[in-house]
Amino acid sequence: MPATTEAGVFDESGLLAKAREGDVGAFTELVNRYSRKIYRLAKHITQNDTDAEDVLQETFMKAFEHLGDFHGQSKFYTWIVRIAVNESLMKLRKRKSDRTVPLDEPLDTGEDTVLREIAVWDENPEQQYSREELAKILDEAVESLKPTFRTVFVLRDIEELSTEETAQALGISVPAVKSRLLRARLQLREKLTRFFRRKGDDVFAYL
Amino acid sequence: MTSLLTCKEFLQELTDYLDATVDAELRLKLERHINECPNCFVILDTTQKTIKVYKGMQEKEIPAEVQARLMKAVERKMAATRTAAGKPGV
Repeated sequence: MPATTEAGVFDESGLLAKAREGDVGAFTELVNRYSRKIYRLAKHITQNDTDAEDVLQETFMKAFEHLGDFHGQSKFYTWIVRIAVNESLMKLRKRKSDRTVPLDEPLDTGEDTVLREIAVWDENPEQQYSREELAKILDEAVESLKPTFRTVFVLRDIEELSTEETAQALGISVPAVKSRLLRARLQLREKLTRFFRRKGDDVFAYL
Repeated sequence: MTSLLTCKEFLQELTDYLDATVDAELRLKLERHINECPNCFVILDTTQKTIKVYKGMQEKEIPAEVQARLMKAVERKMAATRTAAGKPGV
């Protein structure tokens, strides 16, 4: 395994100090460490390869430019996530004409969380599908969420940021993160039920 | 005895319950609701599985050419900064 895995996180302050002093190798190491995560995050939010690559480059360019302003009050990763999210949202805003949802859309708090699909799932539903099939199902379900919900879900449940870190990265309140996360999770649950429900429970399946 | 939560109240707390950030009293109320309400039990269970299946997702590799272009861009940027910093008065 290369030395760019999570195991090296604890020595990050040393790496950051070196990078701040202009050590090329140290900054390159930070880029290597997080490029994959940032690319994935950007792709989830922008849903577009070209935009994701732009976001990836912009994120590290900006991180490099502003490294002197980063004083370690948050994790380096959280800091660059914030940059990447902002860049990704800017991409989405630019494409607003072909996307339907304003990003600052006000949110109601769940009057419409009516659940149509209440069906039991298989114990390990994901095992019924090949890795490729499963990835496609999961990706398409996330893609179908509105950007406001998608972004929160990606940060919380895929990138595993805390509620506070997510709020910080998006510049929204903690209650807003929670409310959007709930909606995102419930919508995904409903979308996935179509694939993962226990077949025998569907009384209409054999009619 | 406190009254049973409604399904709507249960759903409003679902995210905090799943993230284990509810206090003991609320947790008890939520669990009482699940015991009484099969629909909410299913929603809880399938939402938990939804989160689990996403967390278990294979991390995708970044395409090699994307990574290569990134490293080139970073190197250019660092070289440009060094040059600028090296010039007196810049």
